[in-house]
Amino acid sequence: MRVLISHKKIRDSFVQKVQELSGQNLLVCYQCGKCSAGCPAVAEMDILPNQVIRFAQLGLKEELLNCRAVWACASCLTCNVRCPKGIKIAEVMEAIRQILLRQRQDHVDVKKIPPAKRSEFPAIALISNFRKFTS
Amino acid sequence: MKLAYYPGCTLKSHGKNFEDSALCTLSKLGIETEEIPRWNCCGTVFSLVTDDVIHHIAPIRNLLRAQEAGYDSVVTLCAMCYNTLKRADARLQESADVRDKIHRFMNEEKTNYNGGVRIFHYLELIRDEIKLDTVAAKVVKPLHGLKVASYYGCLLVRPKGIGFDDLENPMTMDELMASLGATAVDFPYKTECCGAYQTVDKPQVVASRTSQIIKAGQEFGAEVMVVSCPLCAFNLDYRQRDVRQNEPDFRPMPVLYFTQLMALALGCPEASLRFDLHDVDPRPLLRKKGLL
Repeated sequence: MRVLISHKKIRDSFVQKVQELSGQNLLVCYQCGKCSAGCPAVAEMDILPNQVIRFAQLGLKEELLNCRAVWACASCLTCNVRCPKGIKIAEVMEAIRQILLRQRQDHVDVKKIPPAKRSEFPAIALISNFRKFTS
Repeated sequence: MKLAYYPGCTLKSHGKNFEDSALCTLSKLGIETEEIPRWNCCGTVFSLVTDDVIHHIAPIRNLLRAQEAGYDSVVTLCAMCYNTLKRADARLQESADVRDKIHRFMNEEKTNYNGGVRIFHYLELIRDEIKLDTVAAKVVKPLHGLKVASYYGCLLVRPKGIGFDDLENPMTMDELMASLGATAVDFPYKTECCGAYQTVDKPQVVASRTSQIIKAGQEFGAEVMVVSCPLCAFNLDYRQRDVRQNEPDFRPMPVLYFTQLMALALGCPEASLRFDLHDVDPRPLLRKKGLL
């Protein structure tokens, strides 16, 4: 994948926002790839967890806000507990989701789930899905 | 220790088999619990971003209810409730700013919650307070010959400092199964995520995880899988329907709550096991093993 990097992007307020929301210092990551190696959701991701961190370091806002990866993450925290640098990758994923959700860009449209299907799901599935994927 | 019980949203409906079986085992073990008065949903997931304090109110309110009713400990059955209550409690205790915000959000309450209610998962309570030997001594119908794979999932063990067992190789449920007389089967997917809430919008993703997890258990000889989370239970049990459609050779495997096997071994009535709530019926296997 080709991406354009620039001083302007790296200094964009987006990087600050991701760091603030996630509570993580992105520059601590040295790209070992342990998070991506253990992630059970990588098969559904367009950019891998370590690349999400790298893109965030570089301020590649559009790439991150339009990626599938953050929605494939189920916050299982396998990456967090294995990161040798102690970075909470799942928190960074959540920060990117939150930036979109706070602009009312929901990932799941509750109205599109047929009522018959809705009643099949236990409350725990619906509540957690809507908590994570709607604003 | 004065122990309150927090059921959470699903234990009264889809997870009634979890609740009924667990409550029967608690009474068999002589443990008194009372449901927290006026409990509310915990929100199911802990908010991971730093500024999202309002979502911690739901779990904290439950802890406040327990404290008001004079309890110093709360036991949960659901792994997600356990995680959310415990993490919200830790967040409130570690940050004065968060604590202050929560107090102000909850200013209609008569008292403030400052931490202090201990949150147990039932498995943790068994391991640390009740003790496995006590459970073993109460077994009336040992589960001899039943090969059980224990699936812990994510939220019983992660993150570090919240989970009550080893991050990579938890053993509490395996040890419990062994103390009930069953054969605990070790398998490599015991902490692999089932896809959780993705089951609503990406059911096929969860079906493929279910397939991996169930087949890994079978490869190591398991006949049944036990879980401690109603969402894992739904995914691993119900999603086997999709797996069967995708893979004609797939052999379904019953998925049970650990409390159902405990209840069986401790002599609880079959009505408390609520096998009618399962998609893959565990009864044929349990009858074959002479357990029903």
